[in-house]
Amino acid sequence: MQERNQRVRFEQLILPHLDAAYNLARWLTHNDQDAQDMVQESCLRAFRFFQGFRGGDSRTWLLTIVRNTCYTWLQQQRANEFTVPFQEELHDVECDTENPETLHLRHIDQQKLRTALETLPVEFREAIILRELEELPYREISVITHVPLGTVMSRLARGRKWLQRYLAAHMNEEE
Amino acid sequence: MDCTEARRLLHAYLDAELDMADTLAVEQHLQTCPACLEIYNNYQALQTAIKTNSLYFQAPEMLQKRIRTSVRKANQAAFVARVTSWSGLSVAAVLIFALLLSLWGFTRFWPNSSGGNSLAQEVLASHVRSLMANHLVDVPSSNQHTVKPWFNGKLDFSPPVVDLTAQGFTLIGGRLDYLDNQPVAALVYKRREHIINLFIWPSAQNIGSETDTNTPQGYHLLHWTKSGLTYWAASDLNLNELQQFVRLIQDST
Repeated sequence: MQERNQRVRFEQLILPHLDAAYNLARWLTHNDQDAQDMVQESCLRAFRFFQGFRGGDSRTWLLTIVRNTCYTWLQQQRANEFTVPFQEELHDVECDTENPETLHLRHIDQQKLRTALETLPVEFREAIILRELEELPYREISVITHVPLGTVMSRLARGRKWLQRYLAAHMNEEE
Repeated sequence: MDCTEARRLLHAYLDAELDMADTLAVEQHLQTCPACLEIYNNYQALQTAIKTNSLYFQAPEMLQKRIRTSVRKANQAAFVARVTSWSGLSVAAVLIFALLLSLWGFTRFWPNSSGGNSLAQEVLASHVRSLMANHLVDVPSSNQHTVKPWFNGKLDFSPPVVDLTAQGFTLIGGRLDYLDNQPVAALVYKRREHIINLFIWPSAQNIGSETDTNTPQGYHLLHWTKSGLTYWAASDLNLNELQQFVRLIQDST
């Protein structure tokens, strides 16, 4: 009986955030099948630790688990490749006032925008996804990504600069 | 507010994360600075583009079913695990209960027993009985060479019989007794008017042990094992002299 109540409460609190969980996992893993696996694994983890969930925002709680699960998976994926770990300084963007190409972004092609986001380094990508698509406040993003508020702000700033540069550079391709 | 400060706060302004004072300061700066306004407009355009370009991935319908199923399974597994751990606990509880019950029964119904002292009680009873009835000795003799052979054929071991007359402990004879579910040798010594019963029988353990002392009902019981034999000395003699007696026996066996 207790088990059943527990499960029903879990389903009521967690399942409404399945889209948010899948969206984040999909943007972090780049493909549907892995994203589904990540969400399923995250939900099972969440269920296992559900007794430890002391109220609060259940979406933030689930997204934190999804993000951790995806990062573990990403590290395993990266272990098989030879990728240079991302360093924010190396990828930093020049001052944006001097770049005239950033000035005309009124009509952004959806496919280009999607590709730009896919290419964006994961630390910036997750911040942009959580901010623009989930519309989460900085405080929640800071909880989910385990970084201070100031870092959330600077990651959003750098991520946006990066996207602008990318879009400006690819503006006239295939047109 | 200058351009550097305005651009530092631009993203927080765009995301409506600034407090009232900073929000107003950035707004005022944007009204007076076309360069910063241009940057702001570009970021706002980008933000709008991301939000309105259906970049959001909806979870496939199958996923929800899949998760409901797996959570249900995990829940059942957790339930089974809990129930089995309960039954494990209950088995342990029954065992402990049975143990306590048997301990209680043992202490309650075992005659004259209080755990490991039951043999001491037996020895004491035997000593007291030997003094009450007119049956202190079967073979009255102060001669160890008379007493020792008397046990031949009556016991399956040969008890050491020591003459301690010179030390003030007179041997007055030997007797067959029955202790610890077996026939045992009882040697009787006398110190002034005090009788000492020395019970001897084969020990289960070959290792010698220290003498331990019991004083039930005003009697002293000294117990030790040596060379495969168990010794119990019982007497109303004072403890010092009885211990002296025991040392003399131990030295000559």
